[in-house]
Amino acid sequence: MKHESIEINSGLLIVLTLMVISIGGLVEIVPLFHIEETVEEVDGVRPYTPLELRGRDIYVREGCYTCHSQMIRPFRDEMLRYGHYSLAAESQYDHPFQWGSKRTGPDLARVGGKYSNEWQTQHLVDPQSLVPESIMPGYPWLLEDELDYSQIEERMVALKRVGVPYSQSQAEYDANVEKFGQEMADKLHVSNATQVLEDQAAAEDWDGKPGQITEMDALVAYLQMLGTMVDFSKYEDGHFNQFR
Amino acid sequence: MSQPENKQGQVETTGHVWDGDLREYNNPLPRWWLWAFYITIIFSVIYWILYPAWPYGDTYTKGISTVEYTVEGENGEEKTVTEHWNTRALFTKNMQSSPSALAQQEWVNKVKDMSFEEIEQDPDTLQFAMSVGHGTFGDYCAACHGAGGQGKIGLFPNLADNAWLYGNSYETIVSKIAGGINGMMPAQNVAEDKIDDLAKYVLSLSGNAEISGEAASRGKQAFASCAGCHGQNGKGNEAMGAPNLTDAIWDVADVPGCKGDTACQMEEIKHVVNNGIQRQMPGFGDRLTDTQIRMLAIYVRQLGGN
Repeated sequence: MKHESIEINSGLLIVLTLMVISIGGLVEIVPLFHIEETVEEVDGVRPYTPLELRGRDIYVREGCYTCHSQMIRPFRDEMLRYGHYSLAAESQYDHPFQWGSKRTGPDLARVGGKYSNEWQTQHLVDPQSLVPESIMPGYPWLLEDELDYSQIEERMVALKRVGVPYSQSQAEYDANVEKFGQEMADKLHVSNATQVLEDQAAAEDWDGKPGQITEMDALVAYLQMLGTMVDFSKYEDGHFNQFR
Repeated sequence: MSQPENKQGQVETTGHVWDGDLREYNNPLPRWWLWAFYITIIFSVIYWILYPAWPYGDTYTKGISTVEYTVEGENGEEKTVTEHWNTRALFTKNMQSSPSALAQQEWVNKVKDMSFEEIEQDPDTLQFAMSVGHGTFGDYCAACHGAGGQGKIGLFPNLADNAWLYGNSYETIVSKIAGGINGMMPAQNVAEDKIDDLAKYVLSLSGNAEISGEAASRGKQAFASCAGCHGQNGKGNEAMGAPNLTDAIWDVADVPGCKGDTACQMEEIKHVVNNGIQRQMPGFGDRLTDTQIRMLAIYVRQLGGN
């Protein structure tokens, strides 16, 4: 093919240009799906329960990711402040992942259990009442608005289609029992979702408003779970180096 | 602008002609630019050899550069691990043997080997423990207790006063930080006609109100159900975390916020009596090492001005 025929045929030029510039992206992205070590083998990581899932939706809706990352990098100063670096495995059920790209506020990858439910609720309603120097805006409506979980089953099915192991059939449920244990498998069964969500909301005083399922319940349940799935004390120093 | 000419004395063009007379010069690339380009190619080849680079199948070329670090073997002896160059191995190594990590480790070991009393006697070690404690406090504690430990009345205890709900021994502070606290006062069911006297009586314990005669005896009688935790004389009980009610330090009822208005103070007391208290502090034993917690305890204890 003569160079001139490319230059004078814009359609062909576009196609060939796309092919050439996509090489860089393909070389970087495609192998990650084939390389075995991309997602580490680690115990404890599971899909989100229905309540946590709705909390995560609210996290995304309110744009928390624009100021908070969920990605602790393997640096000494990050370890000292936030804890063990994040594993790829820990966000394997995130669609989309919440790694973020900017830390206006602190990283939240291991915020679960760091503060009490009461603190999280009060802080989300009015951050400056607890941390006067904070520039975070308040989210008082979370405590007022009832949580809408009418579509919880559809949301789980949608995630299931992109690979999150929520179960619908008996075979899928059995596989989850095998993988996550009976108790968790029950929570991940799509047809149980509404009941499971209500039970989890009632099981703990997430937002100081027992008897009412607010958006705050869901968000606090999600935050208190973040980074708590993997028990790093089970793994020796440097264990996860083999996956890189 | 002059154009370089070829041997025939003409400016070389690409040979294309547009619109009859438009030609494109075919000048050579600047020498410096060309060399910079060649160097980047050489650089990339060296990089491929040294570091992880090319994917193939289900793995990738790992490069010949390595990182060494030590891990504890099964029998407790140290063994050296050599890993292909990667950021996680570098991080492990950095945590073990970077100059700042080593310098810190030296002091951490000192704190580890010393008792609290010995640390108090050694100004350098004390200063180190205090500065680590300060940093840890800022990250883990200040969110609730405030940057200066001032707390938040009604929600999170003030650590900057010299009143300690659970006592101020180092051992207690360490165990509370590690295990967390479930601070709980059950809501009291006090009859309508007694609660005013009770509130006033409680205020009188710290000299915030005057109460005498029959009202005092009614209040004292109602206080009997409080005495199980707060003690007969209201001095509190550190084993249960029941606060001293006679010291005029208020942690939950916002008595100082009433600025001497007795009716408002009574409302505050009544609110606590009627609703009880439910305060939780998470335990940090899983997040912080024992030595970090000890240094934090040293910092927290001096916040109260001991």
